[in-house]
Amino acid sequence: MAKIIAGIGTSHTPAIGAALDLGKTAEPYWAPVFQGYAPCQQWMEENKPDVVIMVYNDHVNAFDFKIIPTFAIGCGDEFAIADEGWGARPVPVVRGYPEFASHLVQSLVLDEFDITIVNEMQVDHGLTVPMSLAFGQPKQWPVKVIPLAVNVIQYPAPTGNRCYNLGKAIKKAVEAWDEDLKVVIFGTGGMSHQIQGPRAGLINTPFDTAFLDDLSRDPKRLVNIPPIEYLREAGNEAIELVMWLIMRGALGDKVDEVYRFYHVPASSTGVGHIILETGEYHRQRQGKAAA
Amino acid sequence: MKIEEYEDIPGTTVFDAQRARKGYHINQFLYSLMKDENRKAFLADEHKYLLGYPMSEEARQAVMKRDWNRLLELGAVSYALAKLAFTDGHSYQYMAAEMTGMTQQQYADMMIHGGRSVEGWRSKRERGEA
Repeated sequence: MAKIIAGIGTSHTPAIGAALDLGKTAEPYWAPVFQGYAPCQQWMEENKPDVVIMVYNDHVNAFDFKIIPTFAIGCGDEFAIADEGWGARPVPVVRGYPEFASHLVQSLVLDEFDITIVNEMQVDHGLTVPMSLAFGQPKQWPVKVIPLAVNVIQYPAPTGNRCYNLGKAIKKAVEAWDEDLKVVIFGTGGMSHQIQGPRAGLINTPFDTAFLDDLSRDPKRLVNIPPIEYLREAGNEAIELVMWLIMRGALGDKVDEVYRFYHVPASSTGVGHIILETGEYHRQRQGKAAA
Repeated sequence: MKIEEYEDIPGTTVFDAQRARKGYHINQFLYSLMKDENRKAFLADEHKYLLGYPMSEEARQAVMKRDWNRLLELGAVSYALAKLAFTDGHSYQYMAAEMTGMTQQQYADMMIHGGRSVEGWRSKRERGEA
């Protein structure tokens, strides 16, 4: 049976990808960010997931304004890297998992989530920056990826509650798949940031810290944060954090926080990162370590 | 039209359904700048290129002046506007700084020192702007 073993929360700031691609990781500005993700790469090495479900948003690259899906799942064999206006990032093509992705879509629609099926699309920094942060710079990505794109650009994004419930339905769908797979789900974007208008540059560290705390302590509070609170308190683009709640919903009630990192700034963003193991997987790991 | 609660947030233009409707052709123009041949054609004769999109003349002028905040009001969304900044060879941060009225250096310094505090930036009513 396929199992979700952990959730990863991470920002997906494009400037982080550019810094990596241009070899700037040792520069004083960037070094703390990349050091902050070293434990994540180590976690991936140790736990070797087979599949990543990447919850992210497209930034007017794969989708223009003709059609704006709220939830879209990539069911293709592979996803090319988008040229966002300065050339495509020099990272490997993203390999999909069409059979598993199609199963997820089927299960989710029957659970009353109206998923848009995308057979061909390019993926932008929203997906590739988290891949780079978690897996470094390999010739080929060591996992298959199921992209789950969420509209957070045109207001309103789906509510936190809707996202959390979608996560629960993803957990159910994954566990109905009869193949031994270790699945890791990523919730990406955020944390506090605003990158438009005279209020651009807004950062709210206490908001971000409380959000990270309550992913394990009090997810119910996070689920009930209304859109206006994200916008007002943490910046217009902080609404991306609802994507972290899809990840959180997919992990079940009990989670164990095994790593956290927070840093200001990367470009205009409060960078947040967390690794949450499911209660079950965490106990398994501890059992193995003790034996 | 309904007055939405988020209109009270200062210095912020929420890209909602009404603005998306108004700004549709501006955003489709901006999206076209993802292709190099289009970037070249636009830079060669901006007004002529813009005539290919059914937007208001005011919007065309705002594009040509790179009047970012006006374009936000006219329904452009920041991620699409970034394509115009990139076409000019600028970074996203350059555009964000221009939106705030700061120099890029001032803006970068503000970020290095922890960013803009939300204190005083929560509400137009609180600031006496509404």
